[in-house]
Amino acid sequence: MSEKFDVIVVGAGPAGTACAYLCAKSGLKVLQIERGEYPGSKNVMGGVLYRKQTEEIIPEFWKDAPLERPIVEQRFWMMDKESTVTFGYKGLEWAQEPYNNFTVLRAPFDRWFAQKGVEQGVLLINETVVTECIVENNKVVGVKTDRPDGEILADVVVLADGVNSLLAQQLGFRKELKPDEVALSVMEVINLPKEKINDRFNLEDNQGCTIEIFGDSTKGNLGTAFLYTNKDSLNIGVGTTLSSMMKAKLKPYDLLDYLKNHPMVAPLLAGGDSAEYLAHLIPEGGFHSVPKVAGNGVVVVGDAAQLVNAIHREGSNMAMASGKMAAEAIIKAKEREDFSEASLNKYREALYESFIMKDLEKYKDAAHTFEHHPQYFNEYVPMMNQAMNKFFTVDGTSKREKQKQIVKGFTGEKGTLTVIKDLYRAWKAVK
Amino acid sequence: MSTSTIEEKQYLTRFKADTKSHLTILDHEICQKSCPEKLCTIFCPAEVYKWEGTRMQVGYEGCHECGSCRIGCPQQNIKWEYPKGGHGIVFRLA
Repeated sequence: MSEKFDVIVVGAGPAGTACAYLCAKSGLKVLQIERGEYPGSKNVMGGVLYRKQTEEIIPEFWKDAPLERPIVEQRFWMMDKESTVTFGYKGLEWAQEPYNNFTVLRAPFDRWFAQKGVEQGVLLINETVVTECIVENNKVVGVKTDRPDGEILADVVVLADGVNSLLAQQLGFRKELKPDEVALSVMEVINLPKEKINDRFNLEDNQGCTIEIFGDSTKGNLGTAFLYTNKDSLNIGVGTTLSSMMKAKLKPYDLLDYLKNHPMVAPLLAGGDSAEYLAHLIPEGGFHSVPKVAGNGVVVVGDAAQLVNAIHREGSNMAMASGKMAAEAIIKAKEREDFSEASLNKYREALYESFIMKDLEKYKDAAHTFEHHPQYFNEYVPMMNQAMNKFFTVDGTSKREKQKQIVKGFTGEKGTLTVIKDLYRAWKAVK
Repeated sequence: MSTSTIEEKQYLTRFKADTKSHLTILDHEICQKSCPEKLCTIFCPAEVYKWEGTRMQVGYEGCHECGSCRIGCPQQNIKWEYPKGGHGIVFRLA
């Protein structure tokens, strides 16, 4: 192929498609290359799509997109072996326009989203792997693919090739990922009739619930589990950092089955039929793991740029927003016909001024702190459960005495100073 | 029914396997001599890696293409590529 494009986007997830869509919309000639059979066939997510950043690409997308349920309730469980401390928020304002976020199934959603790009003029080619960027005079000028005569040229190449981004690594934008920079997550989609979901989760039709589960869901390892409601299925998954998985010698699918059979979880899934099993890595290295995101003729977006806020399980929104910022920088670069790093650094600047890098900066030490101090997951969660149990069990002990016992329960084993240090460290990591 | 084994889980998922593996053990001797723990056989979410006494068996046909083995191999002994375009795992749902 000797044809030259303005933009080649590698990958058809939320980041790549957001960028491809906006570039095509502004009149640029865009080629989008997807290695899967169709967009979404290689993509995995627990399932939360955020309204704000999606609507900034496609206004009122909820009228047309294949969504599951608008989320009206977000629950958090600090789970022990036979108990859980729960906390959450339910608000009916989230059940109506403009909504806050939605559960989605990625295969149908990504396919729909990429089709929107095609309608704007994006040329989408599936079943094609980009094997490397073509670099001439220190500038990316196109890509090589695994098709015969598969070299294609462009002014700008957008790397939206996901968490593993072999291309960003080839360009030297980052080193190989380390086991503590990624979370290995596995999930199942479990079919369950809509009425059962509504009853079990206290929902109406077109209302959804998310549950994030800490503590025994990962057997006390650094990670979380989730249970999200779709229309007539549930997504249940669990992940820990790959390093924790290795250290604890956990088989991820055994951990998933442990979660599914947990007495706090099992009744919610009872009678369901497993429909799909999926594994994926989540880039959780945060601020310090973000690679170089702009070079001569190239930008990096979404998971490929490691843009995930693990603490708030935000990723798809950062993908969309980074894709949009990259598109805006590319459109400006095209006006100037200047695709140098200096020109494309407008994207980098926008990214660093946005909520994305501000949020990642806020939590920049969190992953490290929790990785090296697993007591928050394997000691404090059980202690919280014991405290609540003690406080709410009516056994004739006075409330003041109970409070005393609870405080003693926390400080007795570990010592007051250790507890204060632990609390301070955790606060510092997330403040 | 909800699944209870990795075999049942893998059976749910669609694969369009290439005839050639996209995962390559660079040096089988390293697995045998320098890697007593063989953690890939534990953490791989699809049980792609199975130790068969003297050799690492790689069942690439069931790979989810997550990348864990490349990152987690303590010996950096796994060459990890994407399967040929259109091949490998095909997620239908999430």
